[in-house]
Amino acid sequence: MLARHYIGESWKHGLLIIGALIVLIPFYMMVSMSLKSQQEIQSISGGLVGAQEIQTFPVCTKHGYTEEVCTMRPYKYNFWFAFKKAPIPRYLMNGLIVTVSIFLIQVLIALPCSYALAKLRFKGREFVFSMVLFCLLIPVHAIALPLYVMLAKAGLVDTYAALIIPWTISVFGIFLMRQFFMTVPDELIDAARMDGMGEYSIVWKVMLPVAIPALLAFAIFSVVAHWNDYFWPRIVITGNRDLFTPPLGIREFRGGIDSDEFGPMMASIVTVTIPLIVAFIVAQKRFVEGITMTGMK
Amino acid sequence: MGTISLKNINKSFGSTEVLKQLSLDIQDGEFLTLVGPSGCGKSTLLKIIAGLEQQNSGDVIIDDKNVNSTRASKRDLAMVFQSYALYPHLTVRKNLETPLKLRDYSFVERLPLIGNFVPSRKEKKKSIDDLVFKTSETLKITELLDRKPGQLSGGQRQRAALGRAMVREPVAFLMDEPLSNLDAALRVHMRSELSELHNSLKTTFIYVTHDQAEALTMSTRMAVMIDGELLQLDTPSEVYNNPSSLRVAEFVGSPKINTFAAQISSDGSVEFMGIKLERKFNTNSQKALVAVRPEHLEITKDSNKPAFEATVSYRENLGSDIFYHVQVDQSDSKIIVRGSPQAGLFSNGETVRISPSHAEAMLFETSGERIR
Repeated sequence: MLARHYIGESWKHGLLIIGALIVLIPFYMMVSMSLKSQQEIQSISGGLVGAQEIQTFPVCTKHGYTEEVCTMRPYKYNFWFAFKKAPIPRYLMNGLIVTVSIFLIQVLIALPCSYALAKLRFKGREFVFSMVLFCLLIPVHAIALPLYVMLAKAGLVDTYAALIIPWTISVFGIFLMRQFFMTVPDELIDAARMDGMGEYSIVWKVMLPVAIPALLAFAIFSVVAHWNDYFWPRIVITGNRDLFTPPLGIREFRGGIDSDEFGPMMASIVTVTIPLIVAFIVAQKRFVEGITMTGMK
Repeated sequence: MGTISLKNINKSFGSTEVLKQLSLDIQDGEFLTLVGPSGCGKSTLLKIIAGLEQQNSGDVIIDDKNVNSTRASKRDLAMVFQSYALYPHLTVRKNLETPLKLRDYSFVERLPLIGNFVPSRKEKKKSIDDLVFKTSETLKITELLDRKPGQLSGGQRQRAALGRAMVREPVAFLMDEPLSNLDAALRVHMRSELSELHNSLKTTFIYVTHDQAEALTMSTRMAVMIDGELLQLDTPSEVYNNPSSLRVAEFVGSPKINTFAAQISSDGSVEFMGIKLERKFNTNSQKALVAVRPEHLEITKDSNKPAFEATVSYRENLGSDIFYHVQVDQSDSKIIVRGSPQAGLFSNGETVRISPSHAEAMLFETSGERIR
C-alpha cells in the first residue's frame, strides 16, 4: 500500500526533476565553461571545473600582452580577459542607471494615476481605466518602430533618455497598483483628509508606505524585464559603447577574430547574471509573492 | 463652541435617495447618537457633516458658519472610524502627531531634512510633544506610543484612534460605529469610558451606531433614522417610552416590541385579544395596532387577570431575565414576553396566560403613526 503510494508519487517527481534539469543545465554549462580552458570546452572534458592547469593563452598574446602576463590558471584568465576585453563595470553601471531610473519614474507616474483610478470619483473614470486595460494588450514590438522614429526625430538616439523614456509610463504598473489600492480601506484616506492632507500628500505619505509589498512585486517585474532587455537597447543604441547595457555588452564577445573563445564570453555572462541572482536570493520570498499576487509571469 | 445644524439635507447616489430633506440641530457639548438600521443613511450624514461627502442640496452650519464649501480639514472636526484607520506604517506617537503637524507646521517646516533647520519649528515641536503626551496620559496609552498599530490589540487601537482625534481639540467628535469591531465585553467597557470621556471633555460628540443599546446607554439625545429620514430626536428614555411612530418603537428596544391588531369602538375604547384597555383614545379610525414591550406583559397561570392564552414555543434564559417566545392561540402570531426567574419557569409546549399587567400599551394607526 505504502510502496504503491511512493510509486504513484515518484513519477511526478521524476517529471519535475526533468523539468528542473532542462532549466538548470544551461546555467551549469555557463558556470562550467566560464571556469574551464578552451581545449577542455571544445573536447567536452574536465567536468565542472576542469583541470585548472597553468597555461599560456594564445588569444591573449595575440592582443599584444607579453607571454608572462598571459600565463595563468584558466578560471582566472577567463574572468580577467573578459574584463580586459570589454568595460563590463561600465555596462553594469549603465544597466543599474537605466533600470533604477525606469523604475523610479514608473512609480512616480503610476502611483498618482492608480490612486485616482482606484479612489477618486470623476467622470470618465471607467473609460480611462478601460483604456489602461487596452494598453496592456499592445505588444512592445508592435510600437517599436514608431517609437524609434519619434526618438530619432527628437535627436535622442544613443542617449540614456532613449533607453528610459519609452518605459516610464507602465500601464502594467498602473493596473497592478490600482488593483492593490482598491483593497485599501476608504476610511484610511478619509482619516488622512480629516487630518488635513491634500490628495498628493495622501498618495506619497499614506498610499506609498501602505503599498510597499505591491511596489516590491512591481519592482521585481520592472527591474528584471529591463535589466534583461536586449531588444530595445539594440534598437536605440547604435554605436556608442559607453551606453551599452549588460545584454548588449555580452554581444561584444560574438564576432571578431576570437569569436570562438567561449571561456571569457561565459565569464562575462556570469558577471552580468550575478546581480539578478543575488537579488533573487535576497528577495526570494517577495519574488514568489509577487508572481502569485499578480497571477502573471 | 460646537453647535452644528443641518438644514434640509438631500443626498442621493445615482437614483437611490439616501437622505431626504433632513434637518437636525445639535447643541454644544451634547452626546448625540445617530441610530438606525444598516443602510439608513446615518454614516452618509456623518460624512456630510465631516465634509468627506458633498450633499446634493441643503446646508451644514457649524458654529453659525455655513461650511458647505469648506474642506474637511478646515472644519475643525475629528473623526473616529470603525476600522480605526490608523496609519499602519507609523508608530502611535507619529499617528497622534500627524494631524498636529499638518495643522501647525508651515509647508517649509514639514519638509523632510530642510524642515529641521527652520527655527520656529523647535517651539512648535515642543507644544506638539506636550499635547501628544497629555492625550496619551488621558487615554492611558503612554507606554504604547512607540508601537505600530499592528502590534496593538483591538482595544488599544481604539484608544489610539481616539487619541488621534483628541489631540487637535476639535469643536466636535464624529464617531462612525467605533465600537463595532471590539468583542462584547470590551464594547460594554468602552461604552462607559466614552461616556466618561465626554463628561470630562465637554465637547460635542456625534456618534453613529446601528446598535440601539449603545444609543440608549451613552447619549444625551438620540436621533432615530430610518430610510434616510429623521423619525425622532429625543432623550433615550423618551424615545424608548414614548416613541413617535411604530417604526421607532420596533427599532428601539430588544427584544422587539409586540404588536396586536385592535378594534376601536365609537366611544374611543380599545380592545385587543379580548382585553379592553383602561384608557380611551381620541381617534376616528376603527382599526389600529396595540404595541406592548415584552417587560410590560406578564406570563402567568393565574386565571383571574384579564389575559389571553398562548403556548410557550421557546425559552431564552439570560440569567437575570427569561424571555419566552409564545405562540398566541387565537392567531398565528408569535410574541415575546419577559419573565423573571423568581416567578418560576415555564417549559416549552406549556399553555400559559399572557396578561398586559402594567397598562403601558401604546396605540398606533395601521399606517404607523402614534395615537395619543
